[in-house]
Amino acid sequence: MNSLAEPGKWEKIFWPLLVSALLLAAWHYSVLWTATKIFPSPVDVGKGIAELLRENVLWGDIADSLRRVAIGFGAACTLGIPLGLILGWYPAADQVVNPVMQILRPISPIAWIPVAIIFFGVGDNAAIFLIFLGAFFPIVVACIDGVSNVPSMYRRAGRNFGLAPWQLLTRVLFPASLPQIIVGLRIALGIAWLVVVAAEMIAVDSGLGYLVIDSRNSGKRYDLVVAAMLLIGVIGLALDLGFRRLERIRSVRWGFRNEA
Amino acid sequence: MSSMEALVTPSALQTRTKLRAEHVNMVFQRDGQKMAVLEDINLEVGDGEFLCLLGPSGCGKSTLLNTMAGFLSPTSGEIKVDGEVVRGPDPRRIFVFQERGVFPWLTVEGNIGFGLFKLPRQERERRIAHYIKMVGLEGFEKTYPPELSGGMKQRLEVARALAVNPDMLFLDEPFGALDSITRLIMRGELLRIWEAERKTIIFVTHDIDEAVQLADRVVVMSARPAKIQQIVTIDIPHPRDISSPRYLELRDGIFKQIGLAHKV
Repeated sequence: MNSLAEPGKWEKIFWPLLVSALLLAAWHYSVLWTATKIFPSPVDVGKGIAELLRENVLWGDIADSLRRVAIGFGAACTLGIPLGLILGWYPAADQVVNPVMQILRPISPIAWIPVAIIFFGVGDNAAIFLIFLGAFFPIVVACIDGVSNVPSMYRRAGRNFGLAPWQLLTRVLFPASLPQIIVGLRIALGIAWLVVVAAEMIAVDSGLGYLVIDSRNSGKRYDLVVAAMLLIGVIGLALDLGFRRLERIRSVRWGFRNEA
Repeated sequence: MSSMEALVTPSALQTRTKLRAEHVNMVFQRDGQKMAVLEDINLEVGDGEFLCLLGPSGCGKSTLLNTMAGFLSPTSGEIKVDGEVVRGPDPRRIFVFQERGVFPWLTVEGNIGFGLFKLPRQERERRIAHYIKMVGLEGFEKTYPPELSGGMKQRLEVARALAVNPDMLFLDEPFGALDSITRLIMRGELLRIWEAERKTIIFVTHDIDEAVQLADRVVVMSARPAKIQQIVTIDIPHPRDISSPRYLELRDGIFKQIGLAHKV
């Protein structure tokens, strides 16, 4: 078999599994060899996950985290997409808003935690606000870039066929920039998932982030800490893979060049 | 021959004037410097005429076409269509880009139906079916443009333009990106469609053979600032024999006019 041939199906599964298994083994034996009493081995973590499942707290925490992300991310989409489309469409408006955006954008949502608590108190709304902030700016920026990258030919064709301005926005600029917007949304969803964990450590008493911090605080249960971390990783991956399916919708597939 | 003499040509007078350019000048500002692109363009295009604008690359013929289509306003002078001054783009006059102008997020059907949003559904579907057939895209109704060949995309864009039943088509080097065989086929297709629908067509090209094969009249333009150098009437009926003495004579005349010997 030469190097250009497609790898076989078993290879696509085999190699990643082997690497994961090796990493788990390295982890396991490091714990054994160092004889640490604090850091859990993979087996401990497995038992920890089983314990969480038995006590029926896990599903509630997962649901709470996902709910907060859904609301915060949803709000960021609802406000960010139209705002970004309009700013991309009117460069003059963009120039007015851009300096403020550029200052707000690099501020980590974590830095907003004290402010969020003043605004919303300790609770769900503060966490959702932080997620919103984390997702909002990448969405707006993706939409601005998306619209300003629409070839002038498409705009001209739209005007030529007699479209009113709002029709031009919905029938030409939006679909033409949708692939780029989807990439921005995907990045924003990833950030939202990062932020929810941080927000839950401080502002609320449920969710996977709370599970991490609570497992540490109440009895230094590091097996549960790592179990929660792994779950956060797996769910984050699942969200990303789910979102990537959007790229296969036929009306946006043209924008993703690696699709055959 | 001066441009004013050239104005009075038989085929322009036979029919009603569709489009008239009157003393059109265009000056662009670039780095604080003024650059004349179009200089005193006077032109009449008859209803149903097939007119080619021919000139070297970058001479300003596309600028003239964009001005006629209403995407640009002239610095001075006026473009009139049916006696009315052009103030912007209009669905009665459709601009056809190279095949890149089709919308990749819409199917073949969706593209052809794009401009038909004001029509009732039945009429829309009837027109879509009609033009899909006319440009030979049957069986590709649900296909997205990235899956079509260059020639098919170009036919799709022509169909999208024709579907709104415009009086005029502006074509800006529409076959420039196609391979030479497809280009020849497309010329034949365009003539067939033009003979069936009798739209007024203004076609920009830098290809002398293309102009002589297609046009009723060829407007030869100078390098920038673009002026009308000569207007050549191609008095050969379609289908044209491109090895006939008259064809070669007209073609060579234009070669000489542009200042090129027809030898490589």
